[in-house]
Amino acid sequence: MDRPLLDVRDLQKHFPVGGALFGKTRGVVKAVDGISFTIKSGETLGLVGESGCGKTTTSKLVLAAEEPTAGTIEFEGRNIAELSRADLQDYRRKVQVVFQDPYSSLSPRMRVGDIIAEPMKAHEALSSAEVRARVTELLELVGLRPDAARLFPHEFSGGQRQRLAIARALSTKARLVVLDEPVSALDVSIRAHIITLLEDIQARLGVSYLFIAHDLAAVAHVSQQTAVMYLGKLVEVADSLELCASPLHPYTKALFAASLPSHPDEPREEIVLSGEVPSALNPPRGCSFHPRCPFVMPRCSEQAPGLSEVSPGRRVACHLYN
Amino acid sequence: MAPLLRVSDLRTYYFGFRGTRVVKAVDGVSFSVEAGETFGLVGESGCGKTTTCHSIVRLLAPSARIVSGSIELEGEDLVKKSQAEMRRIRGRRIASILQDPMASLDPLFSIYDQVAEPAYYHQALRGQTLRQRVKELLAAVRIPSPERRMKDFPHQLSGGMRQRVVGAIAQAGSPRIIIADEPTTNLDVTIQLQYLNLLKELQRATSVALIFVTHNLGIVAKMCDKVAVMYAGKIVEMQSVRGLFYRSRHPYTKALLDSIPKLGVKERLYGIPGQPPDLSALPAGCSFHPRCQQVMDRCRIEEPWQHDLNGDGNVRCWLPIDEETAGRG
Repeated sequence: MDRPLLDVRDLQKHFPVGGALFGKTRGVVKAVDGISFTIKSGETLGLVGESGCGKTTTSKLVLAAEEPTAGTIEFEGRNIAELSRADLQDYRRKVQVVFQDPYSSLSPRMRVGDIIAEPMKAHEALSSAEVRARVTELLELVGLRPDAARLFPHEFSGGQRQRLAIARALSTKARLVVLDEPVSALDVSIRAHIITLLEDIQARLGVSYLFIAHDLAAVAHVSQQTAVMYLGKLVEVADSLELCASPLHPYTKALFAASLPSHPDEPREEIVLSGEVPSALNPPRGCSFHPRCPFVMPRCSEQAPGLSEVSPGRRVACHLYN
Repeated sequence: MAPLLRVSDLRTYYFGFRGTRVVKAVDGVSFSVEAGETFGLVGESGCGKTTTCHSIVRLLAPSARIVSGSIELEGEDLVKKSQAEMRRIRGRRIASILQDPMASLDPLFSIYDQVAEPAYYHQALRGQTLRQRVKELLAAVRIPSPERRMKDFPHQLSGGMRQRVVGAIAQAGSPRIIIADEPTTNLDVTIQLQYLNLLKELQRATSVALIFVTHNLGIVAKMCDKVAVMYAGKIVEMQSVRGLFYRSRHPYTKALLDSIPKLGVKERLYGIPGQPPDLSALPAGCSFHPRCQQVMDRCRIEEPWQHDLNGDGNVRCWLPIDEETAGRG
């Protein structure tokens, strides 16, 4: 039985809100409220949800940029909260990130070669010849010419910049790359390139991805497993193809109904959610989705459903299924 | 009968310092929109979609100029109008919904003031009638408890609500055409669906024409009747929405359709090689030829003209138009 690369259990992150210095806090935002998932080596987990659902907080927790309020993150079998300083640094080497906007995530004052080399210089003692050789290799890996190393980011288009960001993320031989909306800022014809590039890199290097996006079709395309998040909680986790074939949770169904058709006559189940995502500061009692749910039952407003397995590898948090 | 809006051979160029650099953002664009119709304008960033829209409402940047062509709204050429005359047209006969609602709303004025403004100026409504009209407009875009919300300021509303308010403002002057430039890009998917459905409903109720500018082919499939695909300042293909999705003729359109992931399908995506061209230094011949999979010698030298597709639109491509090349769906 192979152990997952990343094992997240009951992860929580609460932020206190309000209250000036020394003042009393007015409440807590449960940005991430007890989520569990695993990522296997060489696989991709897609995380979908609308803005404010806690996707980005989750990514920060995985990147060890935020400390969880409760819960554990195990990487290669070790709890990252218990790592020594040196081991934590090694964890940060192995877990890298690519951000949404390649215009703000690359320093305009650094040459591309230096941008890509920076993480490996921080983590490894390499000679300058070794650094140069690896930068060339990385540029080739992401489909850019080696002489790009001498240029500045402004000389590249959005798609090329995102390739640079990917090269930087891979420069320290990362085992897991957190991709936080990596294609949302790009043009359609460029998106396909980046998605196929990410898929090719995974096939070649066996790296794992945590792919965060709000575009269900793109997430399902890239990832083996898809997790759907709503107000800090996972509402459904399933194999991506199974999820597309038969979404179970009403929120997942609504997301599919809201995803745009690929041709004008595509049949669509019309589930139009009323209202908007409630404030995370004051989430509804019971199931947090119940005020918008078209299948709401009396039970839903009283008791929050847990995420339970309905078939092998498929977990749903909804009273309709347990 | 003449169409509601007819744009003929529109050319809008941006001129650099002392005319040293000329960017042909819109270069010979023609299309027409009928009342009650939804016309989609699709293309990647920098292809000239937004400049086309700004030309129609004559709100171009100082460096841009309409070089030639005409924009006829109900038979009147808007290119010949003065800005004073345009002020009476904008908001009353043509309205716009832009991408970022926070940028179109003034943070210092209440929702009531902003929704009332077009009705105040264009329809000379005052007092209780005006108030009633604002309430109706807000109710039409499904703002809950409009009476109370009217007093709010933009920062008190969520993104989806703000965009609804912009929709209400667009409706306020009872325009014949609404130009919606990527109106849902900043919205979440479930809110996007609500908003698109809302626009459709408003259109059914008022038979206003919609020009939908987007790079999202899914929105086109959902919303539009007729679609034009723009590339490097030109319309490369224009068809009915079904024609475009099932019988697309231009290699660029086909490539765009193949580059979007489809739900539950894992097949490899097709990425268009290369970059969109620099509009101030376009390649010779067909602008798309450096990225085209079916490029021929002729494409490198001669720019393709517009070929008619028996009554259902047109295409700019040298590839022969026959049923074999159009085998899709």
